[in-house]
Amino acid sequence: MDAVLLLLADSRLPAGGHAHSGGLETAAATGVVHDLATLTAFLRGRLATAGLVTAGLAAAACAHAREPAGNAPPGGAAPRARTPDGWERLDAEADARTPSPAQRRASRAQGRALLRVARGLWPGFVLDLPAGAAGGPHHPIVLGAAVAAAGGVPVRAAQIAAYGAVTVPASAAIRLLGLDPLGVYRVLAGLAARVDAVAAEAAASVRAGGLPAASAPALDVFAELHDRAGTRLFES
Amino acid sequence: MTSGPAAPYAGLRARAAVRAERGPGGRTRITRLRSDGPLALRESGGAVYVVGAGAGPLGGDDLELSVEVGPGARLSVRSAAATLVLPGREGAGASRLAVRAHVAAGGRLVVTPEPVIAAAGCDHHATAEVTLDEGAELVWREEIVLGRHGEPPGRYTGRLDVTAGATPLLRHELRIGEDATSGAVLGDARAAGTLLITGADAEPYAEEGLAVLPLAGPGVLVTAMAADAVRLRERLTAGRRRVTP
Repeated sequence: MDAVLLLLADSRLPAGGHAHSGGLETAAATGVVHDLATLTAFLRGRLATAGLVTAGLAAAACAHAREPAGNAPPGGAAPRARTPDGWERLDAEADARTPSPAQRRASRAQGRALLRVARGLWPGFVLDLPAGAAGGPHHPIVLGAAVAAAGGVPVRAAQIAAYGAVTVPASAAIRLLGLDPLGVYRVLAGLAARVDAVAAEAAASVRAGGLPAASAPALDVFAELHDRAGTRLFES
Repeated sequence: MTSGPAAPYAGLRARAAVRAERGPGGRTRITRLRSDGPLALRESGGAVYVVGAGAGPLGGDDLELSVEVGPGARLSVRSAAATLVLPGREGAGASRLAVRAHVAAGGRLVVTPEPVIAAAGCDHHATAEVTLDEGAELVWREEIVLGRHGEPPGRYTGRLDVTAGATPLLRHELRIGEDATSGAVLGDARAAGTLLITGADAEPYAEEGLAVLPLAGPGVLVTAMAADAVRLRERLTAGRRRVTP
């Protein structure tokens, strides 16, 4: 992987990722995650659901950004040209896969922060989202466009999204539960092959004209409970 | 092809259809009711019931149901009993149920079947694609029970795609597989379900095992998890009470 893509995967990127826990704060508060074994199960489930969906959206956004600009010819004979409403369509697809309002807000807040970073890194970086995309663009869509701007391909965008889907809550678990960082990183290393497999599945789905939509009912509940909780360390 | 063991169970292929139209005087009439194989349809008490004719679906079965609701018509689709999804004979592969529904302008479709029980060893793929025209309404309930009493569930994937006009309203898939017991997905719940009500509104709400989620588009998704089907229905009903209208 090119080093510039490693920057996008790095949690130290000043895009606000450290402020989110991906549902782990509520999972820890309710005792659902309390040790390395329950963390491992949590991360596997999150990767297979939210991880797969964000990987698909990131891959689709990357593929879209890499297409030549211009109107698609009629008849769909050559669908490889970027359609003027493409970003708007992806924004709607992300919304339709995110029933939780708290998760939609968290995704857009992180997307807004990443957009700021991407504009700093690539002065010509544009994302023609509708003015009505309230709160900012969804995070995986900006990520996919940023990977394209860095010269990366859709499967790399999917990989970075899937990687973030487990590293964000894993970092939060170290802070919230005081878990041994070495143990948590052993868990992450054990999940690495799954991260790659999820990224490959997401990219293949996008190539075939689809977009994954795996849901995680518990994460939806946690996101809304978190929104109502009084004292919180993380934004989501 | 070389000769080998007896050909695997090929499964049943069934194509059923129902169409509801608004007749003179505004009453809805069922103008088409086509049963096929295990998808037996009966009209009763103003609703169309899917009556399971035989066990299953079984591995290898390939079932399709087409639902058409005409302009201004109202249709309610239910099932007579819970559906038990079973594995087929060895080598039969997955079972599939595909529902395609279209609700024309001003129409209303209410789909509230009884739970689907994913028996041990099953491999079932359920898909539903619903398209709504201007002013069309949809209520869609789905309840999945993870295995019969005391048994682990088989594999189950249920995907619901609802498009209003040209805009996707909800794309939602629940996978029962090795990761379903994750605390991020279903935890120790043995039943999971959703209730989608389009055109409705609600304040976001959550408690243990229940969330009421106003969608980005016009509609609310109630999602719930519980220890069994009875408590799941109670939670979905409690969530429904928070949705207006």
